[in-house]
Amino acid sequence: MSLFGEVPQATPVAVFKLSNDFKEDANPKKVNLGVGAYRTDEGQPWVLPVVKKVEKIIVADNSLNHEYLAILGLPEFRSSASKIALGEDSPAIQENRVGAVQCLGGTGALKMGAEFLRRWYNGNDNTKTPVYVSAPTWENHNAVFANAGFEDIRPYKYWDAEKRGLDLDGFLGDLESAPKHSIFVLHACAHNPTGTDPTHVEWMQVAEVMKRRKLFVFFDSAYQGFASGCLDKDAWAVRYFVTQGFEMFCAQSFSKNFGLYNERVGNLTIVARDSDNLKRVLSQMEKIVRVTWSNPPSQGARLVAITLNTPELFAEWKDNVKSMADRVLLMRASLQAKLQALETPGTWDHITQQIGMFSFTGLNPKQVEYMIKERSIYLMASGRINMCGLTTKNIDYVAESIHETVVNVQ
Amino acid sequence: MALLKSSKIISTVGVHPPLGVLSIRASSWWSEVQMGPPDPILGVSEAYKRDTNPKKINLGVGAYRDDQGKPYVLSCVRKAEAQIAAKKLDKEYLAIGGLGDFTKACAKLALGDDNEVIKSGRNITVQTISGTGSLRIGANFLSRFHTEARDVYLPKPSWGNHTPIFRDAGMQLKAYTYYDPKTCGFDFQGALNDISKIPEKSVIMLHACAHNPTGVDPRPEQWKEIADLVKKRNLLVFFDMAYQGFASGDIDRDAWAVRYFIEQGHNIVLSQSFAKNMGLYGERVGGFTVVCKDAEEANRVESQLKILIRPIYSNPPMNGARIAATILNTPDLYKEWLGEVHGMANRIITMRELLVANLKKEGSTRNWKHVIDQIGMFCFTGLKPEQVERLTKEFSVYMTKDGRISMAGVTSGNVGYLAQGIHAVTK
Repeated sequence: MSLFGEVPQATPVAVFKLSNDFKEDANPKKVNLGVGAYRTDEGQPWVLPVVKKVEKIIVADNSLNHEYLAILGLPEFRSSASKIALGEDSPAIQENRVGAVQCLGGTGALKMGAEFLRRWYNGNDNTKTPVYVSAPTWENHNAVFANAGFEDIRPYKYWDAEKRGLDLDGFLGDLESAPKHSIFVLHACAHNPTGTDPTHVEWMQVAEVMKRRKLFVFFDSAYQGFASGCLDKDAWAVRYFVTQGFEMFCAQSFSKNFGLYNERVGNLTIVARDSDNLKRVLSQMEKIVRVTWSNPPSQGARLVAITLNTPELFAEWKDNVKSMADRVLLMRASLQAKLQALETPGTWDHITQQIGMFSFTGLNPKQVEYMIKERSIYLMASGRINMCGLTTKNIDYVAESIHETVVNVQ
Repeated sequence: MALLKSSKIISTVGVHPPLGVLSIRASSWWSEVQMGPPDPILGVSEAYKRDTNPKKINLGVGAYRDDQGKPYVLSCVRKAEAQIAAKKLDKEYLAIGGLGDFTKACAKLALGDDNEVIKSGRNITVQTISGTGSLRIGANFLSRFHTEARDVYLPKPSWGNHTPIFRDAGMQLKAYTYYDPKTCGFDFQGALNDISKIPEKSVIMLHACAHNPTGVDPRPEQWKEIADLVKKRNLLVFFDMAYQGFASGDIDRDAWAVRYFIEQGHNIVLSQSFAKNMGLYGERVGGFTVVCKDAEEANRVESQLKILIRPIYSNPPMNGARIAATILNTPDLYKEWLGEVHGMANRIITMRELLVANLKKEGSTRNWKHVIDQIGMFCFTGLKPEQVERLTKEFSVYMTKDGRISMAGVTSGNVGYLAQGIHAVTK
């Protein structure tokens, strides 16, 4: 008789299962367009040159030790990370109403924000506050908020499958009809999984409704710098909302733009009305951190802090980020050109219009299955591909495969 | 009735800020967020920092210090770091359950190399965010799947963070007698009495070694009786092992209780931390183990642990786990590590002896035997809150109100002064 006799086998997390299946595939032409991690043109993971440099600095520094960080994390990391999101000269920062919690990756930052909101937003422990996530969205958003206790997680219209672009009317419509004080999870840039971002004008419309209807702004910023190649451009939406006077959260990840995936470097930036409110919010954040992980890991935060706070290293980092974004842009242009040359049925402009790591190809589940089974090209059931999985060496094979799939499978 | 009503009104009236400020505060989402109470232990460290007395001593710190009072980075850790740097590894995401080289070695360290549990594959060990993260995952897992009982029984007293962790995970907290303030030792009979009354299937938390905060551990014969009784009561055992190696200096000795319970057929859950025994505090290295009926069950449990972990932080940090794995899996680093852990534990033991010797030298006639009998980083001195307050105010010795001192903060340089102070407030 086991206490765990009734524990059911859980279904594996899709994106990781995909990687596993890819690993086990013996086809030499196989291509992994699944997991969201950057790859070089050789299809290899890439440790940023600036990261290698800073790691050497850290190892050589005997004055550093492995003592606990403060509960909220490394101060120089938190403040420099928030500056990255909001801008060096952000008035909110100057007004001392911006704070941050160092967290375990972007996931951890979302988690902390969600836990705080459940306890303290719209009443106390109000688990009925609706949380809106885009349709579609990163598959973990739902679980993060559900596990924090929120009972009512709803989709807001976002992706228009027919026109393969933003369903602005649907989005604005859902903002208008959402109960007041609802929480909205917005992708700061490089929407995952669609790669489709609102334009500046569209963001302004979103902000207007959210302000009027008192909806809570929770940005998820996992790709700053990675989308356009420019940090400031990619932060435009976040900064615009700050100028509009919102109190808001921004969950930042440094997994992709620093390539520090496994060091779990994240930051929850908090913009409050004033420093007094900020202080009380941070004090409560500490309580939540303490019962979850006590204090965050130091290595990754140290690395990012040293980089952001040292001018030459900061410049080098921006270069490294731009080179990643540039390769993605090149692959987008290449893929689109090849599909056009092949005269693959359908329109493929969305490939170059979309931005960031991912592209919502528009392939349906049957077509996806065909790609995997017949061509050993691994992508998510949603039709999402990771552009980083494309290289100059495999792009022809992938283009041909998409062509064959679209022609043969409906 | 009228009185009740009016007191309600009074409580909402409060202080009137000027109208402008009121409207600003009213327009914040966070006006009703209360200031969180300060952390009792951090408060100690903060007060210590502010003190200008050159003789001040910080005995609140739960981190090892060398005899100069400085943080100590283990030599085997530095060597492991150099080895790792030379390998030029990538930074790809770890699996949700963490680094395999680490989790396997972590389980072996706790259970013993030749343990039948590991050989039969009936344990699942996942990498966690140090001890806290491990306890939290464990609490979440029990909350979700151990539905026959919601109660977790902690020893009285226990680590301050146990209660909020389990409570936040949705469990209910109860206690069993543990510490005897009269003897500053283990209240064995009291513990047995309380445990015998715990309802079946409840969760019982046991500190594997170096009980925090008292430093009081059961003797092996006592552990045997506890194991027996716990089996009779059909309780789910949750071991918290944050100090393996750090208590006696011997990793096998410190894991004895855990291994004994498993031998006796308890399918335990276990939290491990490498914060103290490898000095990897800020790297957040830990493990959570569930000993299952068989490998098939371990698979199911593993799949559910992953589901729990993913929405908290997706996957764990690499750096510390890589260092720990390198040490555990490289024979000469492992040997060096055992030596360094032994050294740390020895320094603590020596400080205990020195403290008692100095107290006697000061002329104290109190019985301080418990200072030597207790084990691990912490010592429950038996000092009362008023005495603690005097010790802090008059001698700038900082410790928590419950009389707990961290022996790690004691050095050959300050032990004499410390004895002076303790004697002064207790004579």
